Amino acid sequence: MLVKIAWRNVWRNALRSGVVIASIALGIWAGLFVISISSGLNEQRTSDALNTSISHIQIHDPQFIQDNNVEFRIKDEDAVRNALKTNAAVKAFTERVVLNGMVSSATGGYGVRITGIDPNQEKQVTTMHNKLVEGEYLEGITRNPVLIGKKLSEKLNVGVKKKIVLTFQKDNGDIITGAFRVAGIFKTSNSKSDELNVFVKSSDINRLLEESAGFHEIAVLLKDVSIVDTAAATIGASFPNLTVRTWKEVAPELGYADEMMQQMLYIIIGIILMALSFGIINTMLMAVLERKRELGMLMSVGMNKTKVFFMIVVETVFISLVGGPLGVILGFLTVSHFGSAGIDLSIVGKGLEAFGISSTIYPSLAPNFYLNVTLMVVVAAILSSIYPAIKALQLKPAEAVRAI
Amino acid sequence: MSAIIRTNELQKYYNPGEELEVRALDGVTVEIERGEFTAIVGPSGSGKTTLLNIIGGLDHQTGGTAHIGDTEITSMNDNQLIDFRLKNIGFVFQAYNLIPVLTAEENVEFIMLLQNKPKGERHERALELLKAVGLESKMNSRPNEMSGGQQQRVAVARALASKPQFVLADEPTANLDSQSTADLLDIMANLNKKEDITFLFSTHDQRVIDRARRIITLEDGKVISDEKR
Repeated sequence: MLVKIAWRNVWRNALRSGVVIASIALGIWAGLFVISISSGLNEQRTSDALNTSISHIQIHDPQFIQDNNVEFRIKDEDAVRNALKTNAAVKAFTERVVLNGMVSSATGGYGVRITGIDPNQEKQVTTMHNKLVEGEYLEGITRNPVLIGKKLSEKLNVGVKKKIVLTFQKDNGDIITGAFRVAGIFKTSNSKSDELNVFVKSSDINRLLEESAGFHEIAVLLKDVSIVDTAAATIGASFPNLTVRTWKEVAPELGYADEMMQQMLYIIIGIILMALSFGIINTMLMAVLERKRELGMLMSVGMNKTKVFFMIVVETVFISLVGGPLGVILGFLTVSHFGSAGIDLSIVGKGLEAFGISSTIYPSLAPNFYLNVTLMVVVAAILSSIYPAIKALQLKPAEAVRAI
Repeated sequence: MSAIIRTNELQKYYNPGEELEVRALDGVTVEIERGEFTAIVGPSGSGKTTLLNIIGGLDHQTGGTAHIGDTEITSMNDNQLIDFRLKNIGFVFQAYNLIPVLTAEENVEFIMLLQNKPKGERHERALELLKAVGLESKMNSRPNEMSGGQQQRVAVARALASKPQFVLADEPTANLDSQSTADLLDIMANLNKKEDITFLFSTHDQRVIDRARRIITLEDGKVISDEKR
């Protein structure tokens, strides 16, 4: 009956309870929505980075990671290739020649990362071929085709089929210059990356390097990204002389952002709940002080302190349990809707692209987060009820029962 | 007859030893026998409510003792008093003090719930008591759907629900009209006579005084007369 009394007490002052419930629901909803936008931004940024270049796992010669020197190619590449082909977790992989160099046109020259790829292999692993805004994917030009980013094309003031010059070092330190013709111009969600990367055929770059074959990097796409740590460890164990890294190790800033985002989500909701707690405390305190006479009667007739405390706590939890899940459901519906429809932020698209973020945001939240937020609401409610409940216990029944 | 309530030189001083010392009770010694229908009367500030509060275990004395049966309640701590009140004392308050969100039946059952009585027994006793106060037709009504007199009759039923040793009623008719007062007094007198239930009132109300079989008059915290009829 205590629970029944607590539940009915919630609705004694329906307007006041309704205001608190609405504020809890709106607070949670707003918090979840804002967090889902941040989370969606981060996920998109990570996903774009993985899909356009990094992939899930990368394999290098350990010295290449330190020096980025052209001579540190992957040794025993056939064995690696065979191991990846027979690994059930691997969906596809691509071999890359990676050089640091210069790109120049009549307008000027800029430092770039030159990546030599096998176009067919690369298509299996990354989505760069879908990012072309002009021209073709290393096709249509027979000799030395190159893909450049939209931003770089603007800086170089070149278009499709125009000639640019790539300069880089050979193994022995000699400088090589090669003329390439722009086959296509790509545009990803990361304008900075578009400015710093060019893609050529690995066969062309190896010919200029006077190398018959050889690669600096193998990017591996897994069937299931959630097993990336296990898969990397398995591949690494087979090739102890190579460095096998997950995407979080290759681009730690993405991994950190992911972890930081998880913590931020809870911090933001924690702050919202803390603010809401003061509203709950205020309401319950009013309810307790308004019902002095009733509480005095309950204590007079023999209701012990534990039960009085419990009744106030349950009443507070009820208010929060109506508001909290309502906010969570509203949040879920909003996130689900915009998660598929997207939020168009093209008005600030250029700024977002500078951070590697697409101008259409797809809010996203992990399912367990909804459950955790609901639990946080309950904990906040219980904590909020303590002070009003203590105030109720401090009432002296003989005085309270005559309170006006 | 055995005394159900005994006080011996009961004192309640506020600000003792200070300039503004107030002697709410100043050496009150009374004995109430089982089955009595007693009114404690006196002007405002005479100590009626203070005496009832201490006898009811709602307040602590500063001197003297009070016994309920063989138990000295004036040496109990707050938690012991809560439990003692639940098992031994029924309360009727001036402002009825029913739980507004519960029906008449639920209000009566509530005390028995605190006593962990089974549901069937609670329901049966609540019906029996509501019938005794003439409110079986209002068992599903909430306090705001009843008149003041009806609410006070539910309060009497509630006070009796725990089968207490006695009922303390603090100004029970102060908020009632004449007819409601008469009805309530009839019910309480009837319960007193038929069920041998002990009632102890504090009151200013002449209508209650007229029906009481014993009148204890307090003034300045002292018993100045004790008249049995």
